[in-house]
Order: sequence, then structure tokens, then C-alpha cells
Amino acid sequence: MTRPLRLVWIYPDLLSTYGDRGNLLVLERRARLRGLPVEVAEVNSNQPVPRDGDIYLMGGGEDLPQTLATRRLQADGGLHEAANRGAVVFAVCAGYQVLGMEFGGADGAQVPGLGLLDIRSGRGERRAVGEIVADVDPALNVPRLTGFENHQGVTRLGPQARPLARTTLGTGNGDGTEGAYAGRVLGTYLHGPALVRNPGLADLLLHWAAGPLPPLPPQAGELAQRLRDERLAAVSPSQ
Amino acid sequence: MRARLATTVGGAAATVSRLAGRDGSVIGGIIGLRLEPGLLSLLAADRQVVLVTGTNGKTTTTRLITAALAPLGQEIASNIYGANMEAGLTSALSRAPGAPIAVLETDEKYIPAMVKTTNPKVVVLLNLSRDQMDRAAEIWLLARRWREALAAAPGCRVVANADDPLVAWAASSARQVTWVAAGQRWREDSWCCPNCGSHLHRDGDDWACGECGGRRPPVSWVLSGDQVIDPSGRSTPLDLKLPGRANRSNAVIALAVAEAFGVHITQALGELRAVTSVAGRYTQVNRRGCEIRLLLAKNPAGWLEALDVLAPAPAPVLLAVNAQGPDGRDTSWLWDVDYRRLRGRNVLVGGERKLDLAVRLEADEVPFRLVNDLDEAVDLARAVAPNLEVLANYTAFQQYRAVLGRTQ
Repeated sequence: MTRPLRLVWIYPDLLSTYGDRGNLLVLERRARLRGLPVEVAEVNSNQPVPRDGDIYLMGGGEDLPQTLATRRLQADGGLHEAANRGAVVFAVCAGYQVLGMEFGGADGAQVPGLGLLDIRSGRGERRAVGEIVADVDPALNVPRLTGFENHQGVTRLGPQARPLARTTLGTGNGDGTEGAYAGRVLGTYLHGPALVRNPGLADLLLHWAAGPLPPLPPQAGELAQRLRDERLAAVSPSQ
Repeated sequence: MRARLATTVGGAAATVSRLAGRDGSVIGGIIGLRLEPGLLSLLAADRQVVLVTGTNGKTTTTRLITAALAPLGQEIASNIYGANMEAGLTSALSRAPGAPIAVLETDEKYIPAMVKTTNPKVVVLLNLSRDQMDRAAEIWLLARRWREALAAAPGCRVVANADDPLVAWAASSARQVTWVAAGQRWREDSWCCPNCGSHLHRDGDDWACGECGGRRPPVSWVLSGDQVIDPSGRSTPLDLKLPGRANRSNAVIALAVAEAFGVHITQALGELRAVTSVAGRYTQVNRRGCEIRLLLAKNPAGWLEALDVLAPAPAPVLLAVNAQGPDGRDTSWLWDVDYRRLRGRNVLVGGERKLDLAVRLEADEVPFRLVNDLDEAVDLARAVAPNLEVLANYTAFQQYRAVLGRTQ
């Protein structure tokens, strides 16, 4: 057995507005169910970001904490170092914007982001709140996304980033696309515990980090699948 | 004259709506405000108004403060049904035109406007944590708005929980503050300094910012276990009928408000001990031989406190979650609650979003059984225990109450 898979949750003290722990729990569970040992590090904003993680997670947050988190991550440098050597980064909502070149801050001014993803975010006219459904880039081989979005961001992708998905319901980036990825850095507006209803996306991240995955034990994913089916049916009853 | 006329109309509308079988909380206020937009401020003039706000415990604390002020022997206006925005406050005052005191539960977002409108004698700030973010404001922003509103209201006394950093920061702009060590069970929204954003040093209930010097203010009232320590330093057992740490915290706040009205702790405490349930919360109901207790919790902080007060095993626990408008349509918050302490218990899962909760419990390795309705839960419970504990969020709670009401 190789060393345990290291999951690093970045700044739960600043970026964990709404159920963001769910992504950590889902990755941990789906790895363990496959017999992969897991180590979890929760890193607060007064602690150094470990350089040797395999999957880094960033959650959502209000405007001020988002800006503070970005400044500290810039100063720390750990996430850059990890991403540059090919670690997986998964960020939702405010965390997604933080990965980009810039985003809209609390007072309306643009704040420089971490530059790990070629996206630029600003503030939209209206808040996007509600269920979101989006079809994932076929290259990623992940089933349709189902989730909840709650943000006022508008995001434009540069040439170095690819859209994660195309929206069939909801707002996402604001131009018919949703989320973005480049290499193993991936962000989405599906907020909070986005991986709960999207185990396929969770498995993509695990695959990126650990290589081909052994199958899950029978029935282990059944409830999540039922929830996923129920949510997709609730927003598109004709399907 | 115009105000008096509109008041009469507002009161009449409330009467009409009461006769129609509703509680009459809002209709009168809506009509009255349409006739006279300044109605609330006119109705509040010459009264001693207490505004009660916070994410959790507003309804209960409003009820407790009303009880604690009873020894004054004066009529008290209050929005006891929880209609806590402008129309609800207006209706409450319209219905009690002669009441010299008003204790008004107020929605967190409306505090700045209501402070301006009602010129309160006391503003109570209980706590601030994440809650239904698909429709509620973000809490750092909310704290800033409270802070600005209180800075602009030098005549009012703030009674605030010093143990909640966000609340303390908001309250510290007020001219006069009674600081209460009311405790803080849920801390996930206050690891960082609300003033400068640095990670806070926290040691027990104490907190301090290493960067900007912000710190927990010195307190005059303290909740210590089941005891209240009053400003004279004397310790008294609370001995409430209402269960749980959160209610002990609410009670100490109520005692601090009573003091501002000159009611002695001994008298006030006697009244608090007589309160057994608040708007259906904590009610015990017998259904087909099973003693059911209903607990309401709407957000992660509320669930954390409610899980603390559950009766011990073997009593089964029915958890129920909906995601209708009043609940918030997003169930993400379920992932902020730690359910691991339910391991080894008999757990039943219901409500319209039971699958969301089921997946959550599975992740925490808490075995459970899905149920379709309350009676299915009662049947399963009766097989193993004489009682069933029910913990539900807002509309799930109301649905169960309606079911139980029909058999009363």
C-alpha cells in the first residue's frame, strides 16, 4: 500500500459558509469504501497550507472573508506550489472565484485572485439562487451535474480554462456555461456540498489524485443515486 | 388624528382576520401601514419598546422577557406568533393600543429599520449564525448593519451576548450595553475577528483578536451551567421547565432585560420557571400511547442545541427536514451539523427531503430508517420505548403539529 491519500480543506474558518464540509466527507467516504486510506487536514487561515496534499478543497464565503482568504493564500504560497506540481484543487462558489485571475470584492473593486485558473469574475446584476443542472464536458466522462447555486458572480473563461459544464437549468458562469477546469484544478458555482449529489465528480477528483479506482462495494452508492434521481426529477419532471 | 384612525382600522382588520380563524398577526398591520406608512412609529411612540433579534431563540426569548416583565403589572404588547417584520410588529401594537410596554421579536434583517422606527428602550442581540442563506442576508454584512443602526441610536440600551464575537462586535457601537455571558455552542461562524478578519484566539468562552485588539467585553450577567450569576455576583439556580442550554441562555438574557425595567431577579425568575412551552415548541403530546415531544430547529446552530436536549436512548429520534420557502430551499446546511452522537440510537428519518438527510446520516455512519409519516414513526417507536423525540425544521414541524392537533 502506498501512502494515504491526503485531503486538505483550506480555511474552513473563512471559507465554509454552507455545508462545505460535505465535499470533504464525500471524498473521504468514497475513498475509504474502496479501501484507500485517507488522511484529512483542516487548515485554518492562521496555519500554513501543507505542500504535500493530494486534493485541496475550498468552500464558499462572504465577500470580506473571500478577500482575506485570497490574501493569505497568496502570502502562504502553499496552494500554488501544490497546484504547480499537479495536486488536485476543487473549489466551489467563492473559492472558485478565488482560483481565478480576479473577482469582485466587497466594495465593488476588483480583487486579484490566485491565478490558478484562467477565469475572471465580477458581480452580476442579480443574485442567482436555486437549483442548477448542467451537462459536463464529455471529455471528463462525468454524469450531468445537479446542485444548488447561490451567488451574484458572473465568470468569463480565458483561453487556458475549459468550461466544466453547460447549464440546462440555472445560471452558472452566466453565459450558458458552468464552472471551469484546467489540468487538475476545477471550480464550480454549485455551492456547498456539491459532491453529495454528484458522486461522479467526486470520483473524477479521486481518480485524478489516486489513479484508477477499485469499484465501490455493492449498494454503497445507492442512497446518493436515489437523492440524485429525486433532485433531477424534481426540476425536470418530464424526464 | 390620522394615526388614531389608522390604528382603529388596523385593529379592526386584525379582529376581522381573527374571526376568520387565523391568528390575525399580519393582516391588520398590512392594511394599517397602507393607510398610514408611519403607523408603526406612531404606535410605538410613548411606549417602552424591547426589540429581540438573533438567528435562534427569538420567539422563546420574547416569550421569556414578556413573562419576566409580568411583575410590573402592566399590559405588554407582543407578537407572540412570531410575525416579526414591520407588519407583524404593527399588528401587535395595534391589538394592544393601551399597553405601555411592547416586547417585539424582530427579524434580523429588519433591525436597522425597526430601531429607527420604534425608538426602542432595549434591543436584545442573542446570536448570529448561518441561516437559510438562499433568502437571508450574509451574516458579516448583517452584523455591520446592526452596528451602524445601534451607533445611530444613542438612547437605547443593548443587551447582548458577549460570547458571540459577531454579536459583540455589532453591539459594541452602542452607547449603553449590558453584556451577558450567554454562551455560544455553535462556533463555525466566528473563528475570525469580525473587525479585521484575523483568526481569533478562543479559550473556553473567552475570545480575543491578536491583530486589532478586539476582545470579549467584560460581562455583568453570566450563565454558568444551570446557574445564573447576576451583576452583584450572586449565583442562583435557574431551574427552568424549558429544556436545554439554549433556553438557559435565553433566560439569562431575559433576566438582564427585566433588570433594565427594574424587575428584581427573584421575581422575574419565578415567572420564567412557569413557562413550559412556546408556540408548540417542547410540547409533549400523547398519540396512541406514545409520548411525543416536538423540538423545532431551523439551522445548524439550532440543530446542534436541539441534539443536546434529546431524551436519552432507548427513546427513538425522528428527524424531519423539508425545504419549502420558509425552511430555505437549499438543504446544504445539513452538512454543517455533526450527527455522529446519534450513533447507536434508534433514528427515524422523515420529511419531504428525507433522502438529503439520509445521505447525510450515511456519511456520518449513523444507521437510520426512512418513514413516510408521523404515525409510521409512532408505530416503530412504540415497539421499543414509551416515548418518541421529534426534531424537525420549520414546515416539517408545522406539518407534524397539524397532524397532532387533529387528534387532540
